[in-house]
Amino acid sequence: MQLITYPYRSLGFVMSLIIFLSLNLCNQSYAQRQSGYELMSPENQRMQNDLNLNPAYFWILDGQDIWNSKNNPKEQSCASCHQDPKSSMRGVATKFPLERAGKLINLEQQINYCQSERLSSKPFTFESKALLAITTFVAAQSRGLPITTHQHSSFLNNAFRNGEMLFNQRMGQLNLSCAQCHEQRAGLILGGTKIPQAHPTAYPIYRLEWQNVGSLQRRLRNCMTGVRAEPFGYGSIELVQLELFLMHRANGMRWETPGVRP
Amino acid sequence: MSKTSRTLITMPKTARKGALIEISVIAQHDMETGFRRTETGELIPRDIIRTFTCTYNNIEVFRADLHPGQAANPQMTFTVVASESGEFQFKWVGDNNYISTNQSFLIVN
Repeated sequence: MQLITYPYRSLGFVMSLIIFLSLNLCNQSYAQRQSGYELMSPENQRMQNDLNLNPAYFWILDGQDIWNSKNNPKEQSCASCHQDPKSSMRGVATKFPLERAGKLINLEQQINYCQSERLSSKPFTFESKALLAITTFVAAQSRGLPITTHQHSSFLNNAFRNGEMLFNQRMGQLNLSCAQCHEQRAGLILGGTKIPQAHPTAYPIYRLEWQNVGSLQRRLRNCMTGVRAEPFGYGSIELVQLELFLMHRANGMRWETPGVRP
Repeated sequence: MSKTSRTLITMPKTARKGALIEISVIAQHDMETGFRRTETGELIPRDIIRTFTCTYNNIEVFRADLHPGQAANPQMTFTVVASESGEFQFKWVGDNNYISTNQSFLIVN
């Protein structure tokens, strides 16, 4: 009897040891980073690749209108200073968040800074159609380039450390941190779909669930609601620090904006 | 939703006679289903594209009747046999007097 049951007992022990170890060793290494694009169906990937099928292209066309619009007190447009966006805005979105006048800001806040300081206009409301349009337009000019955020200053380094702390900090009623799902359990199934590594490579995205274009901050707030935490406000310093951390974590990955996600 | 909006057509410019060509169309439209409610409980009225038609030299070659289940910014792909050079007319008609049109020319050799 002992000879028949012994192999099954040791197999069970070995299997659970393998599973336990693989759960703990699921941290991504640099080479194993994977965009959420890889987890999509071929149809959705095709929708993202082809701008004629990508609904976010409408936002890019709206953004182009805003870029050229002189409807402000200064009667200037983005084009008045920045001229051809294909060259002037190329490589811009992949650098943000950055420091401006002692504050950490993301691309949306930089656009609003130009709106208020240079064009004497009211800044766009966060997540408004207009701000999403101009942000998608500017960010799309960097499609295909690698992410190049840096922390070559003590200011950015501190902001990065804060973002890293937020990423690893348990939150909400469910008491989960970003890292627990997106680092330790990336690739495992949650609610019928694979957990992505959560890289910001494609934002602003057209999300099929939203039937709309949305920003990275919208997605981060949704995640916080998902763990039943009070979400940080749009434009809050916590969200921008998280953005900086996520961009640095995705450094070198290909910029896909405008993305499509399920 | 506004009275009209952008649309995009993807189709080849030339084709051989008798060849099957693929046409993709997408229209910018938020599509309100008519089943959603506001925070105070009022029903948000339906506001969707109702029909899409494609004519090839004034002959209808494709027609779609859309219903609230259709996604926002509806995208459709269909095929047509290229018989002669001519003009394609695309028309979207929806609630609240929404109309969008687009056209494309095909050279058949």
